[in-house]
Order: sequence, then C-alpha cells, then structure tokens
Amino acid sequence: MLHSGSPKAMTHKLTPKQYGTLLAVVFTASFGDALLSRGMAQVGPVDFHHLSLLLHALLNLNVVCGIVLLIGFFATYTAALSWADLTFVMPATAFGNVLIALIARFWLHEPISLSRWLGILLITSAVGFVANRPARTSLEINPELPITESGVAV
Amino acid sequence: MLPAHPTSPLVAWSAIAFVAALAIAGEVLIASAMRKIGDLDLVRARHGLLGATRTVLASPTFLAGALCMALNFFAMLYTLSRVDLSLAAPGIASFNYVGNAVAARLFLREDVDRRRWLAVLFVAVGVFLLAR
Repeated sequence: MLHSGSPKAMTHKLTPKQYGTLLAVVFTASFGDALLSRGMAQVGPVDFHHLSLLLHALLNLNVVCGIVLLIGFFATYTAALSWADLTFVMPATAFGNVLIALIARFWLHEPISLSRWLGILLITSAVGFVANRPARTSLEINPELPITESGVAV
Repeated sequence: MLPAHPTSPLVAWSAIAFVAALAIAGEVLIASAMRKIGDLDLVRARHGLLGATRTVLASPTFLAGALCMALNFFAMLYTLSRVDLSLAAPGIASFNYVGNAVAARLFLREDVDRRRWLAVLFVAVGVFLLAR
C-alpha cells in the first residue's frame, strides 16, 4: 500500500527482524557501557595532562570487549534509524536501562529501592507509548522521493 | 555520588553536558543521513552488503555524525574516569533523550506527537530515578 496525503501517514509496521534489531540495540548498548565502565574503573582517573591514558585504556580487555559490543550497537542502531524515527528508536531501546537494573537485582543480588522500581515502571510505560505506533513519521514529504510499501522514501 | 578522587560538580556536569551534546549532534546527523539513504534492508537487497556499506560510508552527513560519535566515545571515557557511572550514565541519557527529541523535531522534522514527548519525558525521569 502506498502512503500519500497527510504527511503524518508515513508509517509501517515492524517486522520480526526489525524487532530483533531493536533488541540487539538494547543488549549491545547495555553490556557495552557496563564493560566500558568496568574497564575505566581499572584504568583509573584520566586528567587533561595525561590524555594519552585514554589510548592506554584501549589495551584493557574490558574496554576492548566494550568497544566490540558498541561497534555492534552502532551497526544495529544505524540500521534501525534507516527505517524508524530517532524519537521512536530512543524510547523503544530505553528498555536497556531496565535490563541492567534487573540483572543487578536478580543476578548480582543488589537491592532495588522504591525509586528504582518507579524508574523501571516509567521506562516500561515509555516503551508502551511508542510500541505499535508509527515507526517513521515526517511533517513534510519530499514529492520527488517515491515512497515504498514500507513507508520509506528511497 | 562522585568517586573517591576529587571531581568538582562543575567539572562533572560540564563533562556530562559535553558528552550529551556530542551524542545529540552525532545521532541527529546519522539519523538524517539514514533517512535520506532509506531502508538499509532494501538497499542491501538491491546492491548487496558491500553496496549498502559503500552507500552509507559515501554520505558526508553520516561521516560527520560518525566523527561526533567517535569524539563522544573519547569524551565518555574521560567522563567515566572522573565521574561515577551511576551519575554519568543517567545524567547523559536524560540530557540525551530530551535533547534528541527537540533536535529531531527541529532538524529532522519528525512528527513528535504527545505520546512521543511523554515517552521521552518518562524515560528521562525514569533513568534518573534508576540512578538514585
């Protein structure tokens, strides 16, 4: 079905593969950041007079693994942005924050305070706001660009 | 909470704001490039994986965004070395979510309706509560 008329009509339903891409964004970003943080804690503080320490950090295994995951994040995030809005991808992948909190609670047995549970509830609600809603929108349509069945101008 | 080594709140929040600004610039530039290129699955089906990669890498907007993200990465390393993750991550993320929504509306002309604004605000507040 071709979309036309209202500029707000540029939408398309996500395929299972696209949901998989969003999940990959969540996992690679969460674990990538966690590994980077762990690695930098081992490297120690870096100040403006010793910025070369940042290059030294590239020898740390946790930092290297973090970088590998963040490259995966970058690839999947870029792919997601090719068929979805930035303001759709952001909340849809914010579930990674919840994932980290749940890992901390059930795997690392860290206590979760009431405010953290409230934070988890808010983020989960935010994902619900954009789920099953248009992934791609635009306030204007370039008439020179043909629009494909998936709602993407090519 | 700041780490044992002394980092003033001004330095900590300046670093956080700088990382967020680079991330916003990078993400908006990359989103703009990908919006012009179109669905990567379609491009790959038509031109293969190498062709799709070449198409993406040939976009100056994408390269400018990637440069911002690379700078963001080193700024992030610097920030994580001086500021606790429990402050840096939610601080950067909260600035990032709100800043990206404003930038997407202004520069990408995305239709950020009430549900999306609510989603962005819920995530920003939620991330901050997670850090408490």
